[in-house]
Amino acid sequence: MGKKVLMKGNEVIAEAAIRAGCTHYFGYPITPQSDIAHYMAKQLPLVGGTFVQAESEVAAINMLYGASGAGARCMTSSSSPGISLKQEGISYMACAELPAVIVNIVRCGPGLGGILPAQGDYFQAVKGGGHGDYKMVVLAPANLQELYELTVEAFNIADKYRTLVMIMGDGNLGQMMEPVQFKDQEDIYKDEKAWATVGTGMKRKHNTITSIYIEPEVLEAHNNKLQKKYALIAEKEVRVEEFNTENADIIVTAYGTVARIVKNVIKLAKKDNINVGLIRPITLWPFPSEAYVKCAEYAKAFLSVELSAGQMVEDVRLAVNGKKPVYFHGRTGGMIPTEKEIYDKIKEILEKLGG
Amino acid sequence: MEQKIIIAGFGGQGILSAGRFLAYAGMLEDKNVSWLPSYGPEMRGGTANCCIIISDEQVGSPIVNDPTALIAMNTPSLDKFEKIVRPGGVIIVDSSLVGRQVNREDVVTYAIPATELASEAGNATFANIFLLGKLIAHTNIIKPESFELSLKHGLREKYHHLIPEEMKVLRRGMEY
Repeated sequence: MGKKVLMKGNEVIAEAAIRAGCTHYFGYPITPQSDIAHYMAKQLPLVGGTFVQAESEVAAINMLYGASGAGARCMTSSSSPGISLKQEGISYMACAELPAVIVNIVRCGPGLGGILPAQGDYFQAVKGGGHGDYKMVVLAPANLQELYELTVEAFNIADKYRTLVMIMGDGNLGQMMEPVQFKDQEDIYKDEKAWATVGTGMKRKHNTITSIYIEPEVLEAHNNKLQKKYALIAEKEVRVEEFNTENADIIVTAYGTVARIVKNVIKLAKKDNINVGLIRPITLWPFPSEAYVKCAEYAKAFLSVELSAGQMVEDVRLAVNGKKPVYFHGRTGGMIPTEKEIYDKIKEILEKLGG
Repeated sequence: MEQKIIIAGFGGQGILSAGRFLAYAGMLEDKNVSWLPSYGPEMRGGTANCCIIISDEQVGSPIVNDPTALIAMNTPSLDKFEKIVRPGGVIIVDSSLVGRQVNREDVVTYAIPATELASEAGNATFANIFLLGKLIAHTNIIKPESFELSLKHGLREKYHHLIPEEMKVLRRGMEY
């Protein structure tokens, strides 16, 4: 491990991507993630990579399609409205099985909304914002060390499964500074990418990368292949942190920076002898449903805390499967719940359930 | 020990950089730190603030709703954050720029004409450093030597000749 450095979250993403071997970055500026492009513009050419500020988000995602098709490790980044614009390209890339990393430093919506932190893009990310039956791996780091490690991991997962991986943060994560320790050497998954369209050299049959399959039998077979891959990812790639869940009276679910607030709440509650647990999904898709099955045996209730009007709570309900009541507390518009606010909600629920 | 600090004022007063140097100094002392700025158009509107946490324990949320310390470098900042400072905490204001008294009885208050004093010492833009000096002296959150190292690391080399002057201002703030 190197020595600690103090960096902005957005810069950590860019630095981690370069360390992971990302050679191509395409983006279009939008607050609160433009520092990623700034950093890439400066640093990527120094390692022989290519930085392009595209003319739009739509152009950037299609440049990503091209670079990935040519076998490059590549990334684009944006924030909520910009990610909406990329959805068509995302669906095409999913169908064409092109690996790439997409960063969404979420801001508050809907519409142009505001620039402050939010988690209102959960549905878009995990249920498929684009058309058709596809999935992408969605990683939700909560601190900058994890943001670094997961960014490297995102490139590995992308190549391993020929899939899109989204890193989902919020404005706080992108803008804050925290110490990070970079490794001397990254663990990089190496793949020949024999499928890439890099020229046959007259030595093999040409490769085809496409997202159009006109014959229904062929397209259904392709869909089945994709679904098999998603099932494998769901089996192998779930990541979750369980914090203080053993014997907890109530289990809170939160991801990203909200989970950090909940950890403070857990400390507050301990002083009053109230046992609060936290399930923090690190992969939003695949969702860590197993963790809930176990906790539903003993916890009295579940509470999902989000910077949204209630999105992840639906996955919590599916996972808890009616065994225990599931509550929700959310803020929107860039408002962030305070520790006290969450704690009051917990006390209110426990009171209602009789202590 | 944990200090949750808000530094607030106008854009251009070195609000964000003061916080960054402080956080970096904390990191050099192997403490857990976080720095969270206000960002985007809010800053272009003229106000800037940042939250800094320096702690012996792991930092939970980087958002500070109940600061143990506030440095206010203009009146709107004092208006906005005065109420949320924890009882027993500290409020340090630049009285050259803040047009009123602090209305809290349950916190320690320092009203320092930092912009004037820094100007007398040679550079009005070091008012932020002057006030940081008082913060450091009151809270003992970091050592001045760590702050000096933090300046060396954080400032571009062409500004390094200013460091002795900044440290002089910091020490003046500590002794004020």
